[in-house]
Amino acid sequence: MKFRLYRYNPESGVQPRMQDVELDIDPAGRMLLDALIAIKAQDETLSLRRSCREGVCGSDAVNVNGRNCLACITPLSTLKEPVEVRPLPGLPVIRDLVVDMEPFYRQYRSIRPWLVNDEPEPEVERLQSPADRALLDGAYECILCACCTTSCPSFWWHPDTFVGPAGLLQAYRFIADSRDEATAARLDNLEDPYRLYRCRGIMNCVDACPKGLNPTEAIGRIKALLVKRRV
Amino acid sequence: MNVRRFDALIVGGGGAGLRAALQLARSDYKVAVVSKVFPTRSHTVSAQGGITAALGNVDDDRWEWHFYDTVKGGDWLGDQDAIEFMCREAPSAVYELEHMGLPFSRLDNGRIYQRPFGGQSKNFGGEQATRTCAAADRTGHALLHTLYQQNLAARTQFFDEYFALDLVRDAEGYCLGVTALSIETGEPLLIEARATLLATGGGGRAFGNSSNALINTGDGLGMVLRAGLPLQDMEFWQFHPTGIAGVGCLITEGVRGEGGYLLNKQGERFMDRYAPHARDLAGRDVVARAIAIEIAEGRGCGPRGDYIDLKLDHLGEAAIAAKLPGIRDLSIRFAGVDPAHAPIPVAPTAHYMMGGIPTNLHGQVVAPARFGPEEPVPGLYAVGECACVSVHGANRLGGNSLLDLVVFGRAAGRHMLDYLRDNPYPRSMPDDAADASAARLARWERPGSERVAAISDDLRRTMQAHCSVFRTDISLRQGLAQLDALEARLAHAGLRDTSRVFNTARIEALELDNLVGVARATLVSAIHRTESRGAHTREDFPERDDERWLRHTLYARAEDQVDTKPVRLKPLTVESVKPKARVY
Repeated sequence: MKFRLYRYNPESGVQPRMQDVELDIDPAGRMLLDALIAIKAQDETLSLRRSCREGVCGSDAVNVNGRNCLACITPLSTLKEPVEVRPLPGLPVIRDLVVDMEPFYRQYRSIRPWLVNDEPEPEVERLQSPADRALLDGAYECILCACCTTSCPSFWWHPDTFVGPAGLLQAYRFIADSRDEATAARLDNLEDPYRLYRCRGIMNCVDACPKGLNPTEAIGRIKALLVKRRV
Repeated sequence: MNVRRFDALIVGGGGAGLRAALQLARSDYKVAVVSKVFPTRSHTVSAQGGITAALGNVDDDRWEWHFYDTVKGGDWLGDQDAIEFMCREAPSAVYELEHMGLPFSRLDNGRIYQRPFGGQSKNFGGEQATRTCAAADRTGHALLHTLYQQNLAARTQFFDEYFALDLVRDAEGYCLGVTALSIETGEPLLIEARATLLATGGGGRAFGNSSNALINTGDGLGMVLRAGLPLQDMEFWQFHPTGIAGVGCLITEGVRGEGGYLLNKQGERFMDRYAPHARDLAGRDVVARAIAIEIAEGRGCGPRGDYIDLKLDHLGEAAIAAKLPGIRDLSIRFAGVDPAHAPIPVAPTAHYMMGGIPTNLHGQVVAPARFGPEEPVPGLYAVGECACVSVHGANRLGGNSLLDLVVFGRAAGRHMLDYLRDNPYPRSMPDDAADASAARLARWERPGSERVAAISDDLRRTMQAHCSVFRTDISLRQGLAQLDALEARLAHAGLRDTSRVFNTARIEALELDNLVGVARATLVSAIHRTESRGAHTREDFPERDDERWLRHTLYARAEDQVDTKPVRLKPLTVESVKPKARVY
């Protein structure tokens, strides 16, 4: 198969470039990560992140033929050749396919992603009805791969001020949790022309999410809650 | 070398490390977590089915029954004091996770959802118990993210994408911290701490067919071996019965807990022959052997007869979507099969390392010394899959690994607080503290003809061929000879890429050093143990031999020395479970 890989090594003094690579690999049943690992076995200078290789850890998000995806669950047979593999857009490139995730993590931390409940702790579990628990489905499964946030033009223009779809989905995960008591503070934290309202609802995030989650819908619910508390 | 100083240091950002870190971060002490990946990329994230605790939410339950099942599941090799401690602490450890925000699935009455899992019984070997607490089939993901979030709230200091190189110890054996490498910059770093906890996970990537993440290279085990400390029970590796055939990705035991079952090519529920009572929910070692035998005797499915069918379509699409959504997703992606309509092709896959760094139930690393076989190494702790406390004995029960992480993570955190209080002053750092690490880094600057990737591949092939579900003396010795040859090649290996910034080739070379140590410890220990117990099946010694082998193996790197120590058969408060035949 034919690949075009984004290559950049900051120590080399050479500008970033696209490298053409041919790999002898049978695409049947193989994932893009298998191909990248095979390429690295031939040329160990290629750097990428990878861990679980089954789509649950979120390490190997890359931009493939213009779309963000996880290399480990993207079948080679679905890709048009030459397969163009680039680092995630909108984040600084450290080397090759490895980006600096810190702007993404900073926005995640900014929504205070932990359950707040200052009531006395019972010696057993806090109760939650299956219906209340179902509100978390589609929100808690996020793997922080950044496919969504780095496909969002609003995040490209405002990485410092716009929380981005992943962070907002996580904000909603806690707002929706019947055990969490900090809804008002969480809404205050987002009621801002940039942090929340830079979302223009173009739904790139939904298209990009490898876990099939819907950040745009969660953002809509947050906006609805803000409207509701106004009136 | 740059130096950073903390009170306590955690190496590894998975469930065990983060639980311990949380205990320390909530105190006044300064704690740092070093992890070679961003913490939520750790392998805990892949755990699916659940965490076992006798909450009794669905059915009557008692921790004593969980204790009995764990002793029996481990084929009596587990230390009964540690097992009692874990099963007793289990409910409080799970409730605590719930309070932290873990999104457990719920029963209609609002309590935590529990499902049946293999090897779990009521009344000391009676009816199937329903004991494993679950967040759909993403329990590990939910647990890891929750613990990471709590650590963010507690302002734990994280060193993300730093690769730990070696332990630093002084002449009296105190652990004073570790050396590490920043993956992003390639700069080495010395991190000093009065107490250090290893929570580096398993080394399942020593096998060709593995359910493990690519990062599971036994790094903490390599560090311990290089420090001259022993590893315990390394011959015991769990082969999970249901990995996706040819890929290795895990299909949780929860599938069988929810009512799925295994079929051979004749459409027979063959587990009826191997475990008439527990059937598909027998111990994992029992089911894995049964599948391996079915395949070996020509009753495997598919054109090559190399897998077994796992049928669950009878559960119905709605139940699968609600309880096993992740499994459905994995199966569609990696096997091309929607389990709501067709069986999943499965075969045994290397899954879990029961052995590891010997510790007591406070997580303190213990080693033979002047006063006996279990002297604590001052300032050094280990928890989780890298440790051997030993609660899993010769075979781990499903749902007990996440439990191990949080129970012993918490216990180690508590003990480290006591240790820090009793040892308030840092000991002086020897001048040569970082020399060994510097030498290892320098070694990988030298050119060489052999390639790291090729040696790694051959290592995995060797372990898969010679040290898998069934073992014999001849085959194990052939494997060890091949490993000798691989190590000779490793001496001539070099990197083509010696750049600094995010050089993952260098990291993979350093990981290979650790993986070789894991493989050697495994092979030598497996040759030594001339019996079959739990997951260690010797075709040339098919029986369990309590007379000679109701003992833990201790492997030390110097001259491949093997020693043993007795199993702790006395629990803390309850009656000991006496060894008897293990039938399901």
